[in-house]
Amino acid sequence: MSDQIERLQDPGLPEHVHRKADTDPAAADRAEHQIAMAFGLSALGTILFIYAYIKVPKETFVFLPVLGTTNAQQLLLGIGLTISTLFIGLGAIHWAKTLMPDNEVIQERHEFRSADLDRADFVKTVKEQAAAANLGRRSLIKRSLGLSLALLGLAPLVALRDLGPLPKKSLEETSWKSGTRLVTDPGDRPIKPSDLEVGAVAQVLPALLPGEERTLNNIAKDAVLLIRIRPEEFQLSPERLAWTYQGIIAFSKICTHMGCAVALYEQQTKHLLCPCHQSTFDVPRAAKVIFGPAARPLPQLAITVDAEGYLVAQKPFTEAVGPSFWERSS
Amino acid sequence: MSSTEKKLGAVADFVDQRTGAAKWLKKNLTKVFPDHWSFMLGEIALYSFIILLLTGVFLTFWFDPSQREVLYHGSYAPLSEIKMSAAYASTLNISFDIRGGLLMRQIHHWAALLFMAAIVAHLMRVYFTGAFRKPREFNWIIGVGLLILGIVEGFLGYSLPDDLLSGTGIRIAEAIIQAMPIVGSYLAFFAFGGPFPGEAFIPRIFTVHVLLLPGIFLALITVHLMLVWYQKHTQYPGPGRTEKNVVGYPFMPVYMAKAGGFFFIVFGVTAFISAVASINPIWLYGPYTPGQISAGSQPDWYMGWLDGLVRMAPNLESHLFGHTISWNILIPGLIIPGIMFTLLALYPFIESWVTGDKREHHLLDRPRNAPNRTALGVMALTFTLVTLLNGGNDIIATHFSLSINQITWMTRIGVIVLPPLAFIITKRLCLSLQRADRELVLHGRETGQLVLLPHGEFVEVHQPLTDAEAFAITQHEQLKPLELGAVDDHGVRRRGGVLNKLRARISRANAEQIAKPSPDDMKEIEHH
Repeated sequence: MSDQIERLQDPGLPEHVHRKADTDPAAADRAEHQIAMAFGLSALGTILFIYAYIKVPKETFVFLPVLGTTNAQQLLLGIGLTISTLFIGLGAIHWAKTLMPDNEVIQERHEFRSADLDRADFVKTVKEQAAAANLGRRSLIKRSLGLSLALLGLAPLVALRDLGPLPKKSLEETSWKSGTRLVTDPGDRPIKPSDLEVGAVAQVLPALLPGEERTLNNIAKDAVLLIRIRPEEFQLSPERLAWTYQGIIAFSKICTHMGCAVALYEQQTKHLLCPCHQSTFDVPRAAKVIFGPAARPLPQLAITVDAEGYLVAQKPFTEAVGPSFWERSS
Repeated sequence: MSSTEKKLGAVADFVDQRTGAAKWLKKNLTKVFPDHWSFMLGEIALYSFIILLLTGVFLTFWFDPSQREVLYHGSYAPLSEIKMSAAYASTLNISFDIRGGLLMRQIHHWAALLFMAAIVAHLMRVYFTGAFRKPREFNWIIGVGLLILGIVEGFLGYSLPDDLLSGTGIRIAEAIIQAMPIVGSYLAFFAFGGPFPGEAFIPRIFTVHVLLLPGIFLALITVHLMLVWYQKHTQYPGPGRTEKNVVGYPFMPVYMAKAGGFFFIVFGVTAFISAVASINPIWLYGPYTPGQISAGSQPDWYMGWLDGLVRMAPNLESHLFGHTISWNILIPGLIIPGIMFTLLALYPFIESWVTGDKREHHLLDRPRNAPNRTALGVMALTFTLVTLLNGGNDIIATHFSLSINQITWMTRIGVIVLPPLAFIITKRLCLSLQRADRELVLHGRETGQLVLLPHGEFVEVHQPLTDAEAFAITQHEQLKPLELGAVDDHGVRRRGGVLNKLRARISRANAEQIAKPSPDDMKEIEHH
């Protein structure tokens, strides 16, 4: 980089221009008053904060233009804190700018690398001390130490093993069994086909057996959407058609992409949309993915009615519900 | 000498007699720092971190990090008698029953958004001015580490209240863990203590959020600042400023007052925003349950680009030998961010490999004088902005009555087409600005004054730049392309032919520039 274009002459630091307060004592006094005023305002802000905390009732709401209905206590606490902090800052900076020295100072930099002699000495010391420890020659020590340190590194990993159980088959199982009734969520009421009009959609869960409690873990896998369309609108294989009942079709509500609840049903187009990443599933074609990042259709739950006419599952889900995982086979 | 000064002198004496720090403190208290508004961006990040610590401690006094189910009995009537986790109930309690609790929650959240915004702005300042160059590569890498930790810490923070929105975020995080090949479902079960959602995750991330990560933050920020202090701050070029000096004001008293004052201003502004602008109103979302969701689910802004990437990913999944690989999650969720952050962290070394420049640099570059670097930066920003835009595709679609499918397709194409376009345009702009600088130095400013010469010709009067102005925009070095012949300086045949060719080629592109005016050019002009 020697053939650089030559620089223009450096004219050096520009001459220092004095501020008003440097030369005019009246201006300096004025600045002092302004700074003191800012600090004084800050003190008032803190008093407002304390007043709001003690005296303003918690449930007071006020209507303010732009802000709308606002909790008066929170607002006054916030405004008090704003004033008390902001004006300390403004005062301090005004102080620095008007009354503290504004002469630019030049300090020299030093190169970070040490002097050549020092560095050579340092490198030599490192080499000598390494030699003194026999690092180069006693390779058995080096290797065995390396092995033991690496193994020791495994200890904390092993100790974390009890963070949770092994998944085993649990990602592939849900609470749905052959004959499990579909019940409303919320409400836990069994459903008859006549409860659903054409175009209706309902979230359902498997009916609880006596003594069973529903946990979020269950809901995370069991949530199912029931949708009723006109039976002639289905474009299903005969097998899948047999999983529907009088135009009612049931899908897992858990998105096959990242597990969000696929909650948006558009009645006109009969599309199900996941609000998280907009994967779109076509209901009449067995929830085929027609847009978005999901790779698999929503698993379909085979349904029918029991002797009393309530909707039940024909059999468990035939595939794992929810997002993909390594052990998933299809 | 006033009594205050005498007292401070006595304190200094007292400290030295017990620490022997007189020499070190004298040197460091009068240490000189250069002044520029863009040097405050990192300060904003530091001060919002302090605000986060203060408000965070307040919140921990009432927050109950437990997923145990409780019945809500607090003063927010719409959720009365509803089953929810203790975490959600205690967040409602902080918002409605603890005086100042809502304000503290809102300051904490706004400060987190500001923290991330300040980190990104600071990163851009450091990048575009070349402040990361030798000897500051370590600090650059620490900074990238802080950025990544900030994203994680922010995500964990807004996941704690266990509302419907944040629970959905956790669900997505679980799906990303679960998608990892071979170990995914095991890691997910370990992290969640069993199947999703379980009752272990929020207590665990609480510890990470309030203890582990803040500890790492404090350590990294300390090293970051110590290195700034020790290596001395970079400065913008100008008359009197060289690679060998620092021009500015002493730490005591000027920067003590300015930096201390600025902390209070950042606090005041954050408090004001939090007093008047609601953020994350968790009581409107309701408690988390995996079977429900609210439309328009959005993460905080610093996660938006990741969410946008996931939303635009093609729906690829491989099923091989009874195993599933979810490319639709792995590529946008892990692979692309992994590549981006690795390249970002290694950038100082990549650039110095291309330029062959191993010297120390303390004078900052004007972005136009490093066209390739600037163009690369704008290219990366364009990529991130397009993905961020797609992270809000549902909101954009509903607000502007557009089709969500079209927006997604536009960003899918845009994310590939726009960044290279941004590179080319930025590079041309930089070269044009260099040309404009050259014109300005050689011919001065156009004044708009027209003068009629005796022989009837009209000319515009140009006002020459002052010496200081001309120096400031011409003092930079213009890099030459690397000469990488078949043999090196010692006459030995160079190895790694393809890599060398690539390096020489990038180096040539890197050195494309408009020649700056030399003293000879200036003399020639004077003769005219």
